[in-house]
Amino acid sequence: MIRFKIRLALILISASVLLLFGYISSPGQELEAPPEPLPAPPTNVVISDDPNDDGHTTIVSWQLSRDDGAGLNNVMAYEIFRSTSPEGEFLQVGVMGKGLDSYIDRGEKEKTRNGEPNPRYIGAGIDYYYKMRAKSTTGTYSEFSELVVGQAKNNWYHTGKTNIMIAVLIFSGLVIYFITAAKRGKELYVRPIAGIDAVDESIGRATEMGRPILFVLGTGTAADLATIAGYTILARVAKMTADYQTKVLVPVNEPVMLAVAQETVKSAYMEAGRPDMYDEQNIFYVTAMQFPFVAAVCGLMIREQTATNFYMGIFHAESLILAETGAITGAIQISGTDQLAQLPFFIAATDYTLIGEELYAASGYLSKEALLLGPVKAQDYAKVILLTLLGLAVITWSFGWGFFKSLISTIS
Amino acid sequence: MRRQIPLYIVLVCGIVFVIQFFIPSHESEFIFEYGQDWVMVIGILALPLGIWSYLRKTWLTAVKKPKERFFAGVSLFGFAIMMLTGLKRESLMAGSLYMELFEYVLIPIQATIFSLLAFYIASAAYRAFRARSVIATMLLGTAFIVMLRLIPLGPISDVNQALVGWILSVPNMAAKRGLLIGIGLGAIATCIKIILGIERTYLGRD
Repeated sequence: MIRFKIRLALILISASVLLLFGYISSPGQELEAPPEPLPAPPTNVVISDDPNDDGHTTIVSWQLSRDDGAGLNNVMAYEIFRSTSPEGEFLQVGVMGKGLDSYIDRGEKEKTRNGEPNPRYIGAGIDYYYKMRAKSTTGTYSEFSELVVGQAKNNWYHTGKTNIMIAVLIFSGLVIYFITAAKRGKELYVRPIAGIDAVDESIGRATEMGRPILFVLGTGTAADLATIAGYTILARVAKMTADYQTKVLVPVNEPVMLAVAQETVKSAYMEAGRPDMYDEQNIFYVTAMQFPFVAAVCGLMIREQTATNFYMGIFHAESLILAETGAITGAIQISGTDQLAQLPFFIAATDYTLIGEELYAASGYLSKEALLLGPVKAQDYAKVILLTLLGLAVITWSFGWGFFKSLISTIS
Repeated sequence: MRRQIPLYIVLVCGIVFVIQFFIPSHESEFIFEYGQDWVMVIGILALPLGIWSYLRKTWLTAVKKPKERFFAGVSLFGFAIMMLTGLKRESLMAGSLYMELFEYVLIPIQATIFSLLAFYIASAAYRAFRARSVIATMLLGTAFIVMLRLIPLGPISDVNQALVGWILSVPNMAAKRGLLIGIGLGAIATCIKIILGIERTYLGRD
């Protein structure tokens, strides 16, 4: 009997334990984890126009959700939606991370794409409706913010370029002042540049050796400023070669450049009084492709054994190949470019290098004309003004005063 | 008069495009793009000029210079083949003879020329880094330190990295920015000279 009671008690205890375990492990309503609270939406959404564009951009700004960095602190990002009507389909146009309170909505400029209206298009003067929501770290979303409307405008003045305009006006004023001063007879001192001084000597050497001169205008286009500066030096070189009766070879990589180079050399020969010496065959088009052009010019150097090589204009990876081939043939080499990456190669491999601005200043140096020397002098003064301004900006900004820094800053 | 008209065109276009730089409106953008399109149109119109120059020069080389006749012949043959294979509309599609020649003949040849650069860098570096003066020695020393950045140097790697970082971001950057300021001013000065008609070499003779 006692044994039976013990057995019964054990059965009852086991049943109770099992029941209790089942109760705890069952998905009962009372023990379910509470739903994660949703983040609060961003507030005070404002749509404004980008003041410096052509009417295809708006700026969306907002006040951060109260759960962004505070409160529940569960905001991960903000999603921005746009539509052309309050009831229309809203397109998600951007996502910004937590802590950020503005988004630049750069719309596309094409109204249609593949014959269909382009949903990413933003046009000036059209109402665009925006709404936003916050996304939590667990992927849930807040409610949408209030619907706001705004327009992009076609702007007629870039407010971020005012300082550039003032600088251009001041510099133009300096140029005109120095040109006028030079025309009145004021002597303008410009520091000597070894590369330009060596032009006469190098042409004389080629004449003495009875070998031709090679002039390469680079692999840029005819309209590049460095190429235009190259034409000026070519004119001077061609005039001297006409005087000395030395052949000048000008291979080019662009048809427009060919026409300009031919005209430049022709006029230089006429100016020198030797139009009979001009041979159009010496200024010729090779190819527009970079390395075939290099191969052709290097071959020319080796076959013709040019005594002097000029490289004036825009150069890329070919600069060192050309200059080293010229060095192998023993030619005197004068280079000039405004390409910073190629300057070290030219400095290492050629005898003289016109560095950046010296290339642009060459026309003034070579001609010594007042009209051309004025801008060179103006450049020097502009550099003094600019360096003073930079120095002041660095010093005053170090002490927390941003006036001079703002003068040299631009808004893109 | 032959020279005055282009100068007036340059003056007007120059002023218009300077003003255009400060106006972001789409009308202004249109003028800019229209101008760019014209540059392209002029380039295409001038293309026959280039082809004629190339053909005449190469032909005359073949005729007048027996030593170069073979190479001139190869060049003219290549020109003819590429032109003939490129005439068809589908020649730009993958697998066409034109594209095969482009990818398996022209590109390897270009790569070969480009690869010469590796050897030329070595010979140019040898000349540039010779310690002929105090400045050249400083250049050599600096280049040596910068090159060591790519080599593991054990305990002094961090020091070298910091030193190279300073060289690149302070003296090197200062020099580059100084050059850029000069280039910028030189470019503006050249633009002013061109717009005002002071710089007119590119127009040729009167």
